Amino acid sequence: MNLEHHDRARDIEPLTEAQPRRRSFSSIAPALTVIVSLAGLYLLWSVAASLWPSRAFPHPDQVWVVLVQDTLNGELPYNLAITLARVFAAFVVAMVIGSVIGILLGIYNRADQFFNPWVVLFLNIPALVIIVLAYIWFGLNEVAAIGAVAVNKIPNVVVTMREGARALDPRYAEMAKVYRFSAFDRLRHILLPQLQPYFAASARTGIALIWKIVLVVELLGRSNGVGFQIHLYFQLFDVAAILAYTLAFVAIMLFIELLLVQPFERYATRWRRRAA
Amino acid sequence: MQPVGAAAPLRVDIAEKTFRSSEGVSVTALKNLAFEVRQGEFACLVGPSGCGKTTTLRILLGLDTDFSGSFQMPASDDGRIAAVFQEPTLLPWRTVEQNVRLALPKAMRHTDLTRLFDSLGLSQMRELYPSELSLGLARRVALARAFAVEPTVLFLDEPFVSLDDQTAERLRYLVLSVWSARPTTALMVTHNVREALMLSDRIILLSARPAHVLGYFDIRIPRESRNPQVMSDLARSFRQKFPGVMQAEMGYP
Repeated sequence: MNLEHHDRARDIEPLTEAQPRRRSFSSIAPALTVIVSLAGLYLLWSVAASLWPSRAFPHPDQVWVVLVQDTLNGELPYNLAITLARVFAAFVVAMVIGSVIGILLGIYNRADQFFNPWVVLFLNIPALVIIVLAYIWFGLNEVAAIGAVAVNKIPNVVVTMREGARALDPRYAEMAKVYRFSAFDRLRHILLPQLQPYFAASARTGIALIWKIVLVVELLGRSNGVGFQIHLYFQLFDVAAILAYTLAFVAIMLFIELLLVQPFERYATRWRRRAA
Repeated sequence: MQPVGAAAPLRVDIAEKTFRSSEGVSVTALKNLAFEVRQGEFACLVGPSGCGKTTTLRILLGLDTDFSGSFQMPASDDGRIAAVFQEPTLLPWRTVEQNVRLALPKAMRHTDLTRLFDSLGLSQMRELYPSELSLGLARRVALARAFAVEPTVLFLDEPFVSLDDQTAERLRYLVLSVWSARPTTALMVTHNVREALMLSDRIILLSARPAHVLGYFDIRIPRESRNPQVMSDLARSFRQKFPGVMQAEMGYP
């Protein structure tokens, strides 16, 4: 109890610590480094753009103008939302299906021996092939698009979750058996907490991979979304717009990482941080 | 208020239990192991280390079904069992209190555990995570979990091992007081004869592998009157009944 209070107090009032100046500086230092680093990139880009002025290499300010313009006329938010929805759908489908398959393969050795070649095969099929085949077989529709992205990601999730299921500690399962835990309690209190680090790992790599594939899917067979817009501006040779869309999308994905993924991870591992 | 049929004893009759290693070597751990624990009795399974005591417990807990023979639990409606393992086996991602409550049947989930936590000296620790506890405290939580279930049979697998003497002794007294408040059929595995003499109504002495019962040692003196003098008398008569066992196999002075 004391420990907890102490921690909380430190979070709220960092200046009451023994060495206030040092502490406050070290707490903002990482953020400061990021800002300086990004400013450096901006500067380098501006200098390069003014040294070699070209339509194919716009000044960052031009990119900013396009970004503001497309935000105001609604184009950018609309396409971002469409793409994000696809990312989200594909992510959920891939995580659920991949986790179930991966956990089963990790637990049942026989099944793993049989299906392992399939996993290896799917791991090595290029994303592009899966997308093209999905569009040919299922038509140029939303289901084919999201399905293709999910199928690309599923083998990675399977491999990670299979590792997790293999690392399960049998003692907890035995304890649960002796005390007659219900199936739901076993899932919630025994299985999922042990797999949490593996969920986190595959979710992290999952989001990074999925949003890149979603752009390709949109480029090849959809008439909206960030991928489609980039394709359009590629044909118009409008590099400023391409960069504007890219930056906006990267920024959104970083926000999701910072505001959703990381806080959730901190919550899920709260029992570990307080280790004595 | 004992459920109907709870007066039945715990009956064990294991014909054989054999382990087969992946290289094809087989080791017989138990052979013709038969004993009974009467209702409400605290029995200790004592034997040299590696003789198959834990294996016996795992069979009784239903964790190992690859054996020939049978056993019979004291029959009752829900027939709850509880176990304290050699390691506390607490869920690291749940607090002390959650660990105890999770083991309870749904209907009992919200019972008041204050008295149990108090009697085991855990009332200040309810919100802590297992990683914040010492081994002695974690053992207490494991004991709290077992007692909270109010089992018909309680199994204990060397619950005081790898603790310093003082902590172990205090824990033994705690177990005694909590168990005496609601005596259930209990079977404890240990290789410490002194501990068995202190806690149990009956000691079941096992042979070296393959384990079978060498003999019984009944203790009719009530636990509260087992003072140091009585304990050394008990130890002497145990030594007389089973000469050579204590020194050679169990490291007893």
